[in-house]
Amino acid sequence: MGQMQTRMRLAILAALAAGLAVTTPVSLAAQEGAAPAAPVTALEAPAGDAADAPAPAADTDADASAYTPMAPTKDKGMPTSYQDDAIKSLTFQDQYTDDGNYAQWMHDAILMPVITIISLFVLGLLLYVVVRFNRRANPVASKTTHNTLIEVVWTIVPVVILVIIAVPSITLLARQYETPPAEAVTIKATGYQWYWGYTYPDHGEIEVISNMLDEAEAVRRGEPGQLAVDNRMVVPAGVPLRIQTTATDVIHAFAVPSLWFKIDAVPGRLNERLLTIREPGVYYGQCSELCGARHAYMPIAIEALPPAEFAAWVRSQGGTMPGDAADEGGAAPASAAAPAAAPTPEPAPAA
Amino acid sequence: MATTAEGFDIHSDHAHDAHDHADHKPGFFARWFMSTNHKDIGTMYLIFAIIAGIVGGAISGIMRVELAEPGIQYLTWWAEFMGGGSDLNTALHMWNVFITAHGLIMVFFMVMPAMIGGFGNWFVPLMIGAPDMAFPRMNNISFWLTVAGFISLLFSLFVPGGSGPGAGVGWTVYAPLSTTGSVGPAVDFAIFSLHLAGAGSILGATNFITTIFNMRAPGMTLHKMPLFVWSVLVTAFLLLLALPVLAAAITMLLTDRNFGTTFFDPAGGGDPVLYQHLFWFFGHPEVYIMILPGFGMISQIVATFSRKPVFGYLGMAYAMVAIGVVGFIVWAHHMYTSGLDVNTKMYFTAATMVIAVPTGVKIFSWIATMWGGSLSFKSPMVWSLGFIFLFTVGGVTGVVLANGGIDDNLHDTYYVVAHFHYVLSMGAVFSMFAGFYYWFPKMSGRMHSELLSHIHFWTFFIGVNVIFFPQHFLGMQGMPRRYPDYPEAYTFWHEISTYGYYIMAASMVLFFVNILYALVAGKKAEANPWGEGATTLEWTLPSPPPYHQFETLPVITDAHDYHDHRPATA
Repeated sequence: MGQMQTRMRLAILAALAAGLAVTTPVSLAAQEGAAPAAPVTALEAPAGDAADAPAPAADTDADASAYTPMAPTKDKGMPTSYQDDAIKSLTFQDQYTDDGNYAQWMHDAILMPVITIISLFVLGLLLYVVVRFNRRANPVASKTTHNTLIEVVWTIVPVVILVIIAVPSITLLARQYETPPAEAVTIKATGYQWYWGYTYPDHGEIEVISNMLDEAEAVRRGEPGQLAVDNRMVVPAGVPLRIQTTATDVIHAFAVPSLWFKIDAVPGRLNERLLTIREPGVYYGQCSELCGARHAYMPIAIEALPPAEFAAWVRSQGGTMPGDAADEGGAAPASAAAPAAAPTPEPAPAA
Repeated sequence: MATTAEGFDIHSDHAHDAHDHADHKPGFFARWFMSTNHKDIGTMYLIFAIIAGIVGGAISGIMRVELAEPGIQYLTWWAEFMGGGSDLNTALHMWNVFITAHGLIMVFFMVMPAMIGGFGNWFVPLMIGAPDMAFPRMNNISFWLTVAGFISLLFSLFVPGGSGPGAGVGWTVYAPLSTTGSVGPAVDFAIFSLHLAGAGSILGATNFITTIFNMRAPGMTLHKMPLFVWSVLVTAFLLLLALPVLAAAITMLLTDRNFGTTFFDPAGGGDPVLYQHLFWFFGHPEVYIMILPGFGMISQIVATFSRKPVFGYLGMAYAMVAIGVVGFIVWAHHMYTSGLDVNTKMYFTAATMVIAVPTGVKIFSWIATMWGGSLSFKSPMVWSLGFIFLFTVGGVTGVVLANGGIDDNLHDTYYVVAHFHYVLSMGAVFSMFAGFYYWFPKMSGRMHSELLSHIHFWTFFIGVNVIFFPQHFLGMQGMPRRYPDYPEAYTFWHEISTYGYYIMAASMVLFFVNILYALVAGKKAEANPWGEGATTLEWTLPSPPPYHQFETLPVITDAHDYHDHRPATA
């Protein structure tokens, strides 16, 4: 029911957006064209990358399905330094979710131009009055104190601008809060002082404890310092994920800038959001709610793998895939009814 | 007539001498420690705010120097210096102590005392033609409670607070980090500090409301009040309604910490998010508390140096009222990532954006005031021009952050840090410097150096922009707030930001040199050094004003234009 409502609202709002914002239809169309194709086209085999990846730190498994941490791609899923790319260092990290692209489009195509124009407009007016109405240029001040027309204009025009901003803004919120489909892969991220724990209730309750690597070890493994972790949160790419967050001690926040994703992990609460990562890769994030001394030292590293490799990873961790029910003698978790490793891409939002 | 306490024998010799009475000052201790004189209390508030500002500004220097490059450079030294251990956790805890102290000091002990306690006390009675505040002794209590609060906060730095000495919980004091997460008395002292400062502010707010409603000179209706008085009136209402909520929230923190209650502890049925709702129900009006008096000052100054009445006076006054009202119903935009449901986020997104409308009215009205005016660029005016531009920049990034969906990425990043420093460290602080240079001649009777004030302006302007503009970039790249250390990719803009701090710090030296110069060698200030544009009542009095003013109340006649607040006979 709630999902129905959300979708209807989304459809209405999207229609509104198309009607009101001039640039909207083009960009929406462009995005939706790209979205469904992504999970298929983006599956580049990470074999080449994996070749020069360092050996896993703690894995004891040596069989064929053994998992090797993916080597991160420079500037993907991590911040870019000024030295590497001055322009990129000024703005958002590249986005790897559809909602992230939509949000970034909204920022770059609507918010940024609007706020830049307003700031320059005010600056221009200030410079104009400074030049035109200084004491030398205008020795006698006028006595004007009212002008109803202009007062109405500068009240109404901002209202109109804000309404135009509100349309994609509300659409974005509706998209971000789509209810995860039943077959979504559930991963629970628990914040601890000062590390993350990831549990996979659909996959035999695997638990991954994720601590920050020290700088030297991170560099040795070819990963960015203070972002690299010993055990990553491994997820399937192109598949809807149901990310749940909670904490046991104080509030933490699970945040990954390149996925436009941030939810607080609050003790006593289970926050839940849908996340679909478009393509395989390593995506780094950091705790984003002050949680005590080592707040800066509990990074998040998500490794999105093609679904088959994800399944291999699950088995290497001693877990089970929902489809494993037959092999594992019925030990599969309750959500086994859901379609297994072959994911359906998330249906494109209504347009 | 009697505006000081009759019970104190401080007027002994000249009590009946009408001529001397107006300017007779009590002895040092009675004057400064038992003060009931709004101007003396205002002066003390300003001096207090400057001292607190030096402490808070020095702390931000420690932070900027630490952040100039990745890694932990100086925190270990600070941890040992402050009496903690030399292990990494204590050093990192010191960082949290610094961010907490910087925030609390700047908000509660710098901006608020300067704006409301300092300028409000000094100029509200003068501008409405009143001899003093309505409750002069309560005024004194307000001030000393604030001082006591500051001392309590400083004390918290030296007692255990978890991983090391001091309260390392952020100015927001979120539970459960501030309850089960911080063992030791430091957080209790910090909370007590807020209680004291809050009580002082509530008393002050009552005082201002009573004064403004009851002690305006004959003929000065509400719609004839100068806009600075309007701004303080709205601010006082915000204080009165918001601070009790903070007091309740932090009292619950105290009982959770010490008496086994579980208001914010899920183990006992409480909820950490409840604390956030309570805090931000106070916290959001608080940001308007910090900026509204600045709006008022900018209005006075822009009108003065344009030699033109404020454009759209009623619109300006009611825009402040609207900002105050709407400011109470947007609090959860500080909590977009806490797990609010989608409808709540949609509401708070829409409500938050509404605030841009009255704020826009103010910006455009200031420009319209200057339009057609005859502008002179004295020091208060250049600071006001700087304010208008920088506050606009900070305001528009607020519109970006207002969008709940966009905030998912920017929440708790440096983008937010840049945003609120643009509206506070540049908005509020620029308006305070504008107000300071505007009224310094009135308060001290001496003229400051215009040249030094202008150099101060330009260096400060460059410095703060170099500090905070790159922080937008850092935030968009994902740099989280409240981090003493960061991945290497963020180094460049952090380094630039730290250079900005050095410029700003050097600029502040000029400010103090200027004050010293003025007090030692400044020219004597006339009653009205700013010319015909300065139309409010304080400029009808000598500089500095007599110890007791308006013993004969000025009469504001109906005939006169409400933009000219001087008595008809002046």
